[in-house]
Amino acid sequence: MSGVTVSRKTYAGVWGSLVVLTLLTAGIAYLDLGVLNPVAAITIAVIKMALVALFFMHLRYTRIRLTYVFTAAGLLWLALLMAFTWTDVITRHPIVPPPPWPANDVTSHMSIFKAK
Amino acid sequence: MTESIAGLEHQFETLEQQHEAGWLGMWAFLATEIMFFGGMFTGYVIYRWAYFGAFAAGSKDLEIWAGTLNTLVLICSSFTMVLAVHAAETGERRGQIGFLLATMFLGTVFLGVKGYEWTTLFRDHHVPGIGFHFSGPYQNTAQIFFSFYFALTGMHALHMVVGVGLLTFLLVKAWRAEFTPAHHAAVDIIGLYWHFVDIVWIFLFPLLYLVDRHR
Repeated sequence: MSGVTVSRKTYAGVWGSLVVLTLLTAGIAYLDLGVLNPVAAITIAVIKMALVALFFMHLRYTRIRLTYVFTAAGLLWLALLMAFTWTDVITRHPIVPPPPWPANDVTSHMSIFKAK
Repeated sequence: MTESIAGLEHQFETLEQQHEAGWLGMWAFLATEIMFFGGMFTGYVIYRWAYFGAFAAGSKDLEIWAGTLNTLVLICSSFTMVLAVHAAETGERRGQIGFLLATMFLGTVFLGVKGYEWTTLFRDHHVPGIGFHFSGPYQNTAQIFFSFYFALTGMHALHMVVGVGLLTFLLVKAWRAEFTPAHHAAVDIIGLYWHFVDIVWIFLFPLLYLVDRHR
C-alpha cells in the first residue's frame, strides 16, 4: 500500500546492507568490548529492523499516515511494558528462588534473586 | 445498482479502500504481535541479567553458523517476498510465482536448519526437564536459558509455518492470475507479516547466539 512502486535496485541495496550488518554483528560478538557488546548487538538489530520496516514494509513510502500511529503505538506500549517491568525488578523486595536452585549453583549476581 | 467489481467486498466502496483497510488491519495485528514477543523478550532480559553466566554458557553451546545462516536465509526470503509484492504491483504473473516459490523455499530451509539445531539439542539432553544435562557449573540455571531458547524459537518457528501456509494460499491465487496492479492486497499484506517475522528473528539472533561470544 505504498502508492508508488519502489525500484528493485533500492530493494537490492537494502538486502545488501542487511547481509553486511548480519556478518558485522556476528563478527563484533567475538571482540571484547565489555558493556558495549550487547549495546552494539542491539544497535545493529535496531538498524536492521528500521531497514526492513522502512523499505520492505513500505513505511517510508506509504501515503496512509495512520500507519505511523499504529507503529508508534506498538513500540510505545512495548517500551511501557519493558520499562515498568524492569523498574519493578530492580527496586522491589528480593524474590527468593525455588529451593534447589541457589543451593547447587548461585550464579546470579543480581541481589533480588539471592535468598535472604 | 453499481456495477460489481471483481474481488470487492460489499462493505467497501473501492478496491483501494479495501486494500487500505486490510493494510491497517495487518499493522494493528502486528502491534499486538510486538506485545506478544515483547513479553518474552522482557522476561529474557531479566533472567539474562540475573543468571548471566548460565546464559553465556548456554548461548556458546548453540551453533553460531546455524544462527548466522538462518539470519541470512530469512533476510534473503524477505528480499524475495518484497520482489513478489513488486511483481504483484506491476502485474507480472511469472515473477509472482517465481518469487513466492523462492520465499517458500527459503522459509523451509530456515525451518530445516532449526529442526537440525533442535535435534542436536535433544540428542545432547539440553531440553529443559527431567533428562536435562549441562556439564559445568550451570547444571540447573542453564535450563532457564534453554527454556527461553525453546519458547522463543518455537513461537517464531510456528509463525514461520503459518507464513509458509499463507504463501501457499498466495501461490494458488498467483497461479490462477488473480492478482492485478489494482487488486493484489493479499500479497502486500501477507508480505508485511513475513517481514515482521523476519524482524523478530533479527532480534532473536543476537539475543540467543551472541551472548558473551568473545570469551
